[in-house]
Amino acid sequence: MTDTDRQEALSRYRIKIQPGRILIWTLLFIGGIVMITPLLFMFSTSLKPASDVYDLRLIPAHPTLSNYVAVLTSTGFVRWFFNSMLVAVSVTCSNVFFDSLVGYTLAKFRFRGRRFIFLAILSTLMIPTEMLVIPWYLMSANFGWLDTYWGIMFPGMMTGFGTFLMRQFFEGVPDDFMEAARVDGMNEFVIWWKIAMPLVAPALSALAIFTFLGNWTAFFWPLIVTTSSELYTLPVGLSSFAVEAAIQWEMIMTGAALATIPTLLVFLLFQRYIVRGVMLAGVKG
Amino acid sequence: MASITLEKLVKRYDKVEAVHGIDLEIADGEFVVLVGPSGCGKSTTLRMIAGLEEISGGELRIGDEIVNERAPKQRNIAMVFQNYAIYPHMTVRENIGFGLYTSSLSKDEKNARIEETGRILGLTDYLDRRPAALSGGQRQRVAIGRAMVRNPSAFLFDEPLSNLDAQLRAQMRIEIKKLHQDLKTTTVYVTHDQIEAMTMADRIVVMKDGYILQTGTPVDLYENPADVFTARFIGTPSMNMIPMAALAGKAGLPDHDPDILVGVRPHDLIVNAPKEGAILTISGQVEACEPLGPETMVHMRVDGEPVIATLPGNVAPPVGSIVECSVETGKLYLFDAKTEKGLGRK
Repeated sequence: MTDTDRQEALSRYRIKIQPGRILIWTLLFIGGIVMITPLLFMFSTSLKPASDVYDLRLIPAHPTLSNYVAVLTSTGFVRWFFNSMLVAVSVTCSNVFFDSLVGYTLAKFRFRGRRFIFLAILSTLMIPTEMLVIPWYLMSANFGWLDTYWGIMFPGMMTGFGTFLMRQFFEGVPDDFMEAARVDGMNEFVIWWKIAMPLVAPALSALAIFTFLGNWTAFFWPLIVTTSSELYTLPVGLSSFAVEAAIQWEMIMTGAALATIPTLLVFLLFQRYIVRGVMLAGVKG
Repeated sequence: MASITLEKLVKRYDKVEAVHGIDLEIADGEFVVLVGPSGCGKSTTLRMIAGLEEISGGELRIGDEIVNERAPKQRNIAMVFQNYAIYPHMTVRENIGFGLYTSSLSKDEKNARIEETGRILGLTDYLDRRPAALSGGQRQRVAIGRAMVRNPSAFLFDEPLSNLDAQLRAQMRIEIKKLHQDLKTTTVYVTHDQIEAMTMADRIVVMKDGYILQTGTPVDLYENPADVFTARFIGTPSMNMIPMAALAGKAGLPDHDPDILVGVRPHDLIVNAPKEGAILTISGQVEACEPLGPETMVHMRVDGEPVIATLPGNVAPPVGSIVECSVETGKLYLFDAKTEKGLGRK
């Protein structure tokens, strides 16, 4: 190989500097910093004693785990964590079951009023949550659901978005699968459960993840419907650290840092599905 | 196994009638192929037999029982779909076993049946694979396996080979045919491919626009087509149809009724054949040639009408040249130009 050949071969592997690429990387870097800074401050503050909270250094001068001990032992944190987990898991399971069942029915069965029902469900997406809170509250009050788990959970047990999402995915499942199972002697419920559901697993994962995260971080409705601290969910419970007399930032940040653990775990374990789910939802919708 | 009887079977979608009161008797163990162009009602008929489409009128019997109102699972039939419809999240074993999901057999018996089905279809080595790791032909075999494992009264095939390439299609044709010879299960097979129909069927049912045009053995349909559509649909290349008027003055034909269409199969219209014993001799200008090896198909124009003839051997006459070809006595098919019904052979 001559020197010229070697130079040419090397130049093929040399990274070419493209101005557009530099701009994109810079913007992404700034975006990343903007997003990660509050998170870093949250963890940093959780490791600072109360006296250092307004010391804005990222690395704590006197790091301590005392806030964690205090949050876990002398507050209702464990109970709130359990409440949030119970609410988020129950609502997620309910959504996965009912949204997909209704979505499947709307996508795969022909019956009178099918289109009307679908449009009615779709129209619920256009009503902001804030407008629904008063009817939900009145309903809870009338049925005696105020300050109960069911009161926290019932508005989200089935959602228009989830039904719409699942219906769109089931539309894409070829009818042949269901017909083959019908000929093989399955009843409609078994066909839905054993055949249709596994075929829309990415959509189910996306729905489950978004529902779980949405309910894990839900604040407004649980704040309104609960009055006793035993029923507080984590966001509501953490907000109780901010009272008129003082805001215990170190406690709020410690609680928030602990509250991110399930969220982070969900992201780490299901990252693949989240990305695929978001992509699919984009393509399908 | 069971016979299948269709009596005045009708399918209506709102006000549109897709199948117009067809009658058909399928004997126990018979292999019947429903053939016709897209939209002729063949798949709809099959789906009515399967119970996947409601029957709008008439009667469907499987064995001696009327099954119009019965759900698919109560008919004890098995169906193989064009898109295989094997479940991607299940292994081959689970897919085949799914056909036994509602069976009262013990787990061991079910396993034995799955293994046996896998062995018959050459899938033993693939039982623990998922469909994504199989070829098209293997997937179709899995679909057949799922149908076979239940020992149904009848097999229904809805264009099962349409998604396969030509070579695999030919192989699978033989495999399905052999399977039928072994199992002797009543089979209704839908296809738009007349070669599949000819090679596999005990009896072919030609359908068009929701009507049955003709029913018969492959040879019967080839030799004695009842109308222009069947004559052109069965046989490759299609039968030449020449208006009698275009043949005026040509040798051999006794009369020249303008209301008659003359049909002649390309394989019976031989280029440069001896004229002795020929009922018709025509000449035309060569437009194109298709050398097929043992013979060459010659596309030509006779008095403005497109005609295909056969030239034995691998010799192609030059494009634009005039060639003469003859048809032996008994190889001409006459049809009424208005009704398109057959008038016999000459």
